[in-house]
Amino acid sequence: MREDYEVIIGLEVHAELATKTKIYCSCSTEFGSDPNTHCCPICTGMPGVLPVLNEKVVEYAVKMGLATNCKIARFSKQDRKNYFYPDLPKAYQTSQYDLPLCYEGHVDFKVNGEPKTVGITRIHIEEDAGKLIHDPYTGDTLVDLNRCGVPLIEIVSEPDIRSKDEAIEYMQTLKSILEYLEICDCKMQEGSLRCDVNLSVRKKGETKFGTRTETKNLNSFKAIGRAIEFEIDRQIKELENGGTIYQETRRWDDDKGIGYAMRTKEDAHDYRYFPEPDLAPIVLSDDYVNGIEAALPEMPNVRRERYITELGLPEYDATQITNSKKMAEFFDKAVAKCGNAKLVSNWLMSDVSRKLNESEMEIDNIKFTAEDLGDLITLIDKGTISSAIAKKVFEDMFETGDAPAKIVESKGLVQITDESAIRDLVISVINENEQSVQDFINGKDKAVGFIVGQTMKASKGKANPGIVNKLIMEELNKRKNG
Amino acid sequence: MKITHEEVKHIAKLAKLSLSEEEVEKYAKDLGGIAEFVEKLNEVDVTGVNPTAHAVDKYNVFRADELKDSYNREAILKNAPSKEAGCISVPKVVE
Ligand SMILES: [Zn+2]
Repeated sequence: MREDYEVIIGLEVHAELATKTKIYCSCSTEFGSDPNTHCCPICTGMPGVLPVLNEKVVEYAVKMGLATNCKIARFSKQDRKNYFYPDLPKAYQTSQYDLPLCYEGHVDFKVNGEPKTVGITRIHIEEDAGKLIHDPYTGDTLVDLNRCGVPLIEIVSEPDIRSKDEAIEYMQTLKSILEYLEICDCKMQEGSLRCDVNLSVRKKGETKFGTRTETKNLNSFKAIGRAIEFEIDRQIKELENGGTIYQETRRWDDDKGIGYAMRTKEDAHDYRYFPEPDLAPIVLSDDYVNGIEAALPEMPNVRRERYITELGLPEYDATQITNSKKMAEFFDKAVAKCGNAKLVSNWLMSDVSRKLNESEMEIDNIKFTAEDLGDLITLIDKGTISSAIAKKVFEDMFETGDAPAKIVESKGLVQITDESAIRDLVISVINENEQSVQDFINGKDKAVGFIVGQTMKASKGKANPGIVNKLIMEELNKRKNG
Repeated sequence: MKITHEEVKHIAKLAKLSLSEEEVEKYAKDLGGIAEFVEKLNEVDVTGVNPTAHAVDKYNVFRADELKDSYNREAILKNAPSKEAGCISVPKVVE
């Protein structure tokens, strides 16, 4: 991005709430079922039906509001947002217009080590729409209404975001909070957490905002980052070439890596909101709100601070581990088993993360347990196996899910610490490598490394490296001085 | 209150209705009449009355998050003029 421009970004994040049933009827919210099998007259918009609000939707939205420092409305109502689209059988989406449940909050996080605060304008409840599938045989569009009426919260930020990195960290922060509250499963690839990016650019020093565009429905961190980069570039190029930015809705094609304007007419966005007459207002008491606040679980930022101050983890590691509640829980269990927080953290940050990334897995799909990782670390701490062998055991655990002690035993990987056995090995290696011994005597210290390598190899990696080093120096010095 | 032809055309477009020029003329008059009637409310003195979105004094009508059987798919799709692969089939939607 050019140095003389600045970018202004606001995010609208949609999170599907992890309730059992839909927002206004008792149909299931389960993902991935056969099309149109979680439907009833209410969620398919039949005339004459009466929607009734799911109490969990209010509770979950208030939880998110409190966790993001919002004010909670004591009086709130629902409204109809009118537009025609085949995924919306009622021809209106029940949402909230002027009196959202939560408003005026903020979240704090760090971007590349620097503190950042992003304001939350509002959080409101609404219903999701159905799913449209393109039918390649007939060229028609197929409508699946299972998702219709799945409860959503929409979290609207202030235009406080100034870079791609800030946008991604903000999204990561919201995702962590949603996971810790256990109100959204946050499966971005399934669309249960997604966001719209409002973006404009302006020359530095300019006080007026430029015209913004809205890129809809981004459902991965990668897509958010790439769509933002693309749109910043496009707007700056357009302005530099004397063009105009139009206020428009855009789509992002992640496969092709391009964004494009949707062909909808601007006046289609005249939503004619009006109060939903079938749904009574929501009035919340102080007792209700205080009760939810008192029951909030530990939030990711608090857990992170605890890991830093109580367990002595570096800030970066603590952030990475606490970003995911499942990762943090895995960490806690492993530490409870072996008592070595730093080593557990190192393993999670390196080998475990690497294997998860390589196999595109989440920590909860891993074959071995957190306790197994704790046991592996205990084996290292006690000197039963070396760190090098531990890496091999770990590979095995990852593939088979077997307990580390079982792998160590069945493969005979126990570390050799018996000095006389190691001395025998060292002497035979020295005897077979006369050239290296002469090199050492002539002052080439590098020769030692070669002999260490050969000895470790002869022990199949099982000899204790510290003892190997010590004994090699003893034997070599004997030859030198003898 | 006067409703212009442009306003009628805009509302018709939002409602996905196509109107002839005569119909636009007729609806401009009809809608104008309705709006005028509603304007009578402006004559009422509402000093000291709080705005409300609901006529009935009822709030917090909730249900528990308990699963019940959905309808079977046949019943849900019964009124669809065209269906395919368990879905309602509609003309291609272009964005
Ligand atoms: Zn339903």
